[in-house]
Amino acid sequence: MSKTQKFLHEETFDVAIIGAGIVGCAMARRFTLEGARVALIEKAPDILDGASKANSAILHTGFDAPSGSLELQCVQDGHAEYLNIRESLGLMLDPCGAYVVAWTPEEMGNLEAIHAKAHENGVTDTKIIPATALHQSEPNLADHALGAVHVPGESLIDPWSAPYVYLRQAIENGAETFLSSEVTGGAFDGTSWQITTPSGALKARTILNCAGLYGDLLDQALLGTAKFNITPRKGQFVVFDKAASGLLDAVILPVPTERTKGIVLFRTVFGNLAVGPTAEDQQSRSDASTDKATLEGLIKAAHKMLPALRTMPITATYAGLRPATEFKDYQISPTPDKNWITVGGIRSTGLSGALGIARHVFGLYQKMGHEHSAIKSPTTPKATVLAQTGPRDWTQDTPGEIVCHCELVTRREIEAALTAPLPARSLAGLKRQTRATMGRCQGFFCTARLAELTEGHFVLPMAQEIGTGDQP
Amino acid sequence: MTDLARSRIDVAIIGGGPAGLAAATRLKQAGIRRVVVLEREPEAGGIPRHCGHPPFGLREFKRILKGPAYAARLVRRAQHHGVEIHTGVTVVEARPHGVLLIATQDGVQEISAARVIYATGVRETPRSARLISGVRARGVINTGALQSMIYLKNRRPYQRPVIIGSELVAFSAIMTCRHAGMKPVAMIEERARVTARWPSALFPRMTGVKLLTGTKLTEIHGQNSVTHVSVQNAIGTPEDIACDGVILCGQFTPESTLARSGHLAVDPATGGPVVDQWGRCSDPVYFATGNLLRPVETAGWSWNEGRQTGACVAADLAGNLPDPETVVSLTVTAPLKYVMPQRITLANGEGSMKNLQLRVSRPVRGTLLARSGEAIIMRRKVNLLPERRLLIPVADILAQATGGTVEFEITE
Ligand SMILES: Cc1cc2nc3c(=O)[nH]c(=O)nc-3n(C[C@H](O)[C@H](O)[C@H](O)COP(=O)(O)OP(=O)(O)OC[C@H]3O[C@@H](n4cnc5c(N)ncnc54)[C@H](O)[C@@H]3O)c2cc1C
Ligand SMILES: Cc1cc2nc3c(=O)[nH]c(=O)nc-3n(C[C@H](O)[C@H](O)[C@H](O)COP(=O)(O)OP(=O)(O)OC[C@H]3O[C@@H](n4cnc5c(N)ncnc54)[C@H](O)[C@@H]3O)c2cc1C
Repeated sequence: MSKTQKFLHEETFDVAIIGAGIVGCAMARRFTLEGARVALIEKAPDILDGASKANSAILHTGFDAPSGSLELQCVQDGHAEYLNIRESLGLMLDPCGAYVVAWTPEEMGNLEAIHAKAHENGVTDTKIIPATALHQSEPNLADHALGAVHVPGESLIDPWSAPYVYLRQAIENGAETFLSSEVTGGAFDGTSWQITTPSGALKARTILNCAGLYGDLLDQALLGTAKFNITPRKGQFVVFDKAASGLLDAVILPVPTERTKGIVLFRTVFGNLAVGPTAEDQQSRSDASTDKATLEGLIKAAHKMLPALRTMPITATYAGLRPATEFKDYQISPTPDKNWITVGGIRSTGLSGALGIARHVFGLYQKMGHEHSAIKSPTTPKATVLAQTGPRDWTQDTPGEIVCHCELVTRREIEAALTAPLPARSLAGLKRQTRATMGRCQGFFCTARLAELTEGHFVLPMAQEIGTGDQP
Repeated sequence: MTDLARSRIDVAIIGGGPAGLAAATRLKQAGIRRVVVLEREPEAGGIPRHCGHPPFGLREFKRILKGPAYAARLVRRAQHHGVEIHTGVTVVEARPHGVLLIATQDGVQEISAARVIYATGVRETPRSARLISGVRARGVINTGALQSMIYLKNRRPYQRPVIIGSELVAFSAIMTCRHAGMKPVAMIEERARVTARWPSALFPRMTGVKLLTGTKLTEIHGQNSVTHVSVQNAIGTPEDIACDGVILCGQFTPESTLARSGHLAVDPATGGPVVDQWGRCSDPVYFATGNLLRPVETAGWSWNEGRQTGACVAADLAGNLPDPETVVSLTVTAPLKYVMPQRITLANGEGSMKNLQLRVSRPVRGTLLARSGEAIIMRRKVNLLPERRLLIPVADILAQATGGTVEFEITE
């Protein structure tokens, strides 16, 4: 490296975390709380822009995870920690429970095994219930539901506010974040790494690869080898009108088959009802496009399970990409001689597992011989309240102007998201932080006002003043 | 907002567009004491506020105005007659007994009114509900959002969009683009011909915008911003069109959030609340008017409906509307798309709608039948287009129906 190398920061960090997905955010929090000096590096202008941008937002119990797997351990530890820090960080939880519903006699025959597996996994409060009991709790479910396994511990959470507050807690307690900084290379000199990004280099003793959909590529680029290959697995969703959320209480899970895990009907903490995800393997690591035929298939499937949905309009459609590998389990492996830990293949349970993964990885890091003293009394920022049932800003004293009418987002909330400490730099980021434009009209009413309020804040502006220059 | 709770509200009107303002003005003219318009935008006036083009106002002011001037006039007239207009007030819930939960700049408040008129208009169907394939790139918006950006905020989102659809509003989109110096690259219509009636069909040719009928939008492409769209013509030939944005026009849908998430019955066919011939909702304290009733009519038409509803509500407050005791339900089968009102109260009373409004979802020629049980109570030759409404006198139904359901169908 030349002497004139520009640095993002002068310090040599204890750890540099590459990737600000759910996993990277939880990692930054854990390592900071344990006393490490942490840098988090993310290529996108906003956090949660990869696999973590779209999921089912279910906090799993691990009842159906492969027994004895690392995934099961992390999901259960993560779930437990989520419940522990819920109050201090103001995290959302809708303990709605789930039913694994059998729709055919064949599936009925599988309920016993699902129930037994849950018990084997330590989830001992599951119960097999007959159709009558199922319809009593979920009266809108189609008649052909034959029975179910009730899993009371499955819950709904806010998939964005939670990782945001994990990272905010890290930042408040000393972590540094570098957004719009893609790690393109790096070198290890035997004691520390110098990694490069287009905006400057960064020094850190240990690297945690939390690059999600790019985890294998990052290992290849910086370690020269990767132990797994990622094949993104797309999941498409359809969100129904908010009025539909009254039709369902619990999460409706399918009986998984050999071929597919099947699609789920679930409410969201924002007051919607959604169906999905599909599972479609693809090569592209960035193409989260939706397609009409698949969406129509999802809608049809949802109508079949919940006939009253037939009269409900569609609010939104979206897709997420799971960082799937050729292996079933998480791919978490230390490379001690290179001060490197790969945290990859966090496929379909990362939201639930993140806090547990972070603990597990900190354990591996300690085993590599690193020691810090934990922060004595860390500050505890509160998560943004976006859940429909929470004390949303518009319900507070003098909230001022409401900008997004469908989701009742105030100007104050927008302005807060645009300033500190993790400022929204794209409409997608602003949506995740405030829910603006995510409602029924999808921006028909508020796009113009948002273009005005966000001026000067976004990497790609929403609009340009008429008569000034060429292209926006 | 303390002055909202100042005294008893006789009529609260949700939405200060042409219909809501017309209803409010008419109520004041009828001598109703306290008439309050609740409007969530910073200005009342509704959609015309951002339609920076003529023709508005012929029916109302006997002259041709651009949308913003027309909206301002409606507001002035309402205020002149003593209507209280409260802007920046979002009605969040409409509950039984005329109780409204409102969000204001100062906080949440509950108010109640003897009668409520629900006049929240229509919006266009967004990309999501159209299930359009492709990526979520920046630059896919509805005409309404484009107009607000350009006419209210003097900003443009892109330069060379494609325009999807050819309803009248798509021609507004072209005018709006031109106003902002944008150059639409094509107007894309799935059907074989332009939806809006002549002379609009000449417009794309006159404006230099390429018109592609019988052509379907199949996918939106781009990484961060839209780079191109894929389309397919009638014989299935695919084509890519380079553009930097997509304007999704029309496919209007009533903004009936409050009914859907509240206690008022919603008609899945119109997407608006279920009403009888006085515009009375399933809860008779509530009335609905304007484009909320069904997609979609002009501002002038909505304004006229508003006036009529204002008169009905005044009559109701004076005890002059019959109770909705014996009611006939109206239904339609395809290719009929909807009928509004959806219910007829079997009684006469002041100020009822003169006509049922029906529409088809595709061009049809044939015989329209109205069945009441086994009996055919009406038969009429029709030649219909989706953009043309069909009016059937309410009196014809009143004269023939005795209760139950009247079903409308078309035999081709
Ligand atoms: C359809 C679907 C449904 C799901 N449902 C659930 C659910 O209900 N419950 C649950 O618990 N989990 C669920 N998940 C799983 C969960 O969303 C994922 O496990 C999780 O998001 C993975 O997060 P991550 O941090 O590992 O990856 P990512 O979110 O992809 O984060 C990696 C980050 O690294 C960045 N990056 C990559 N390369 C570089 C580089 N070179 N330099 C800098 N930055 C880089 C990326 O931009 C990205 O932000 C679901 C997932 C999907 C797709
Ligand atoms: C994009 C677009 C372009 C159009 N262009 C034309 C045109 O060029 N010419 C024409 O004649 N017609 C046009 N129309 C049709 C238009 O609907 C009518 O012109 C007319 O505005 C209908 O009047 P309205 O009062 O029923 O509804 P609107 O004008 O839509 O008014 C409804 C009002 O209710 C308010 N509101 C909604 N919900 C709430 C709530 N919960 N609390 C408080 N306030 C609320 C809204 O802010 C709005 O001001 C267009 C429609 C659209 C959507």
